[in-house]
Amino acid sequence: MQIIKDQQIIDDNWSYVADEADLKAGNISVSLARWHQDKARLLSREGKLGVRIGPSDVVAELAPDLNAIQLIELDFPDFADGRSFSQAWLLRGRYHYLGEIRATGHYMTDQVFYLSRVGVNAFNPEKIEDLPIVLANLNDFTVKYQGSIN
Amino acid sequence: MITGHDYSPERPIKRSSMYQYNDNDQILVDERVAQFRRQTEQYLKGEISEDQYRALRLRNGLYVQIHAPMLRIAGPYGLFNSRQLRKLAHIARTYDKNYCHFTTRQNVQFNWPKLEEVPDILEELASVQMHAIQTSGNCMRNTTSDHLAGVCIDEIEDPRPYCEIIRQWTTLHPEFDYLPRKFKIAVSGALHDRAATQFHDVGLHLVKNDAGETGFKVIVGGGLGRTPVIGQVIKPYLEKKHLLSYLEAILRIYNLFGRRDNKYKARIKILVKESGLDKFSALVEQEWQLIRDGNELSNERINAMKAQFVDPAYETDAVLDTGFSEQQQENKAFATWVKHNTATHKIPGYHAVFLSLKAPDSPPGDMTDTQLDAVADLADQYSFGEIRSTHRQNLILADVKQADLFALWQQLDSLKLATPNIGTVTDMICCPGLDFCSLANAGSIGVAKEINEALDDMDYIHDIGDLKINMSGCMNGCAHQSVGHIGILGVDKKGTEWYQITLGGSSENKAAIGERLGPAVAKNQVTKAVTTILAVYVKNRLNDESFLDMVNRVGITPFKEQVYANN
Repeated sequence: MQIIKDQQIIDDNWSYVADEADLKAGNISVSLARWHQDKARLLSREGKLGVRIGPSDVVAELAPDLNAIQLIELDFPDFADGRSFSQAWLLRGRYHYLGEIRATGHYMTDQVFYLSRVGVNAFNPEKIEDLPIVLANLNDFTVKYQGSIN
Repeated sequence: MITGHDYSPERPIKRSSMYQYNDNDQILVDERVAQFRRQTEQYLKGEISEDQYRALRLRNGLYVQIHAPMLRIAGPYGLFNSRQLRKLAHIARTYDKNYCHFTTRQNVQFNWPKLEEVPDILEELASVQMHAIQTSGNCMRNTTSDHLAGVCIDEIEDPRPYCEIIRQWTTLHPEFDYLPRKFKIAVSGALHDRAATQFHDVGLHLVKNDAGETGFKVIVGGGLGRTPVIGQVIKPYLEKKHLLSYLEAILRIYNLFGRRDNKYKARIKILVKESGLDKFSALVEQEWQLIRDGNELSNERINAMKAQFVDPAYETDAVLDTGFSEQQQENKAFATWVKHNTATHKIPGYHAVFLSLKAPDSPPGDMTDTQLDAVADLADQYSFGEIRSTHRQNLILADVKQADLFALWQQLDSLKLATPNIGTVTDMICCPGLDFCSLANAGSIGVAKEINEALDDMDYIHDIGDLKINMSGCMNGCAHQSVGHIGILGVDKKGTEWYQITLGGSSENKAAIGERLGPAVAKNQVTKAVTTILAVYVKNRLNDESFLDMVNRVGITPFKEQVYANN
């Protein structure tokens, strides 16, 4: 499985563990609910940790734990749900999160320019054949009117 | 045919000051055209889904309507130059059916473009510093303003520099392009609110504080449409330097907390209403405190923008002309037109001239390519090459010398743009209705025409005076019927068109939402209802009492009794 991170196509070495599934070795991400529930167990295991948040999750809840988290996945249930854009901004701009922020789920390759502007630096597109499109679309514009994260 | 970029120097005429694109502005619109061309090609090849392309095309002004796509082009706070008007004429001729439509948000619509040609149209527009970015879709829309900005006599400060600052900030804002619903900002700089600021998601009103400094009164949560709401003051005085950080705070709270479960409850007005203003403003305040420092508009930035809007080269002796008053005495028709279709200008000897797009036999707000070209020439000849659109769907030449008014009037008259009905009962706001719009439940243009035909006596119209009729073909309320002095709303009842009538609405300083007169009336009864309402007014008014004042004094009962007398 490949993704884009920092404008490069790379192999993905993370896996998402669903709430009802057993934890496994390696770099894993879990839901915010599981993070709250299993935090101690998660922190005591080997491997890096990530949290997958949906648009209705409150980013502030993660703020105290950000040092322990290497990946935050913004999961789009629907490309029209723009809350993820503000979540990314808050993670970078308010809580100064420096780890990977990855867009996943049902977003459009035509949204990656904006996502990169609010601090998303990794993209797991819905279709693997979209990887080169994402790379190209990251450069849709060379000018901008607003300050943001990027 | 694409004419390409026109960087050639303007023709040697004195220009009104309007914001001129710098290289970055031009690159941005060019890159946007390239992006949309690619998106459209991908869609036509089946590589982008219908759903996704819909979101993308809407953000480029492209709707799909009953007969054809409709393309909405931004009129930034209502300002156009003559070159842009000629480009609109060219687009109307080349890509459409020789006309376009001016909207209530100072924009321009084409009703017959071909989808596959829209990227070409956008490229044409970019060549004259125009675009259709964010003129639809759930994002921040074109910023609107006072159509008399910079020339009116009651101005606290010219709002246009701030409109342009907001235009740039809202354009391609990466965080706020997928909002719960559309978001509209209006700015007024005058005592008299001509920009309906209380009926916008955010209304900004330039005001002075006790120290005599100018800042913004910020109004939030107003809106028309299905649930008309008068906005509430969230910040009585905001220093100018905080304009963008405060807007950012409002937008972030809205983006995070606005409802997304029901599109009819997704506007910020519902969030403000359901949270209560106190709680909503506390959230905004908390957010704003965290971002306001380090995010300020500098004086340099404000002053540089103000320098884009300096006065044109007015002639100081314009007021000395004596022909103007003689012409009015000699020609009653001219005098009538001057009285109704011009506004007082801050410079003695100049007038702002309204071009009525409400000629009796023409759909409200429509203009042909021939008219567009001719008005461009008139703007060059008489008004520093600038044209404005108003939220009542008329145009303005804002800076005409009184010595030129007679010649201008004659030419406007031959173009059918001099109907002396500005602000009167036949100066109706009207949406395209069932004839063009896929959302509409009922026709509006035909009804407007019928009302117009019934009111063919100009003296009677002038006797009635200031009366605003707004008519929409559906609940979405594009023609702002809920703030019309008389509002007419088309509804569908089992496949037939019916019309609800409201009285007493206003979008001006004393904002009000019209009260429903009674049951909806059938299509063939609308004109009769309107003429009956007018007769009740004429019979019962006190002295110089306006229609709106009378409705406020007596309520709707006397009107209701007459309109429904035979039922």
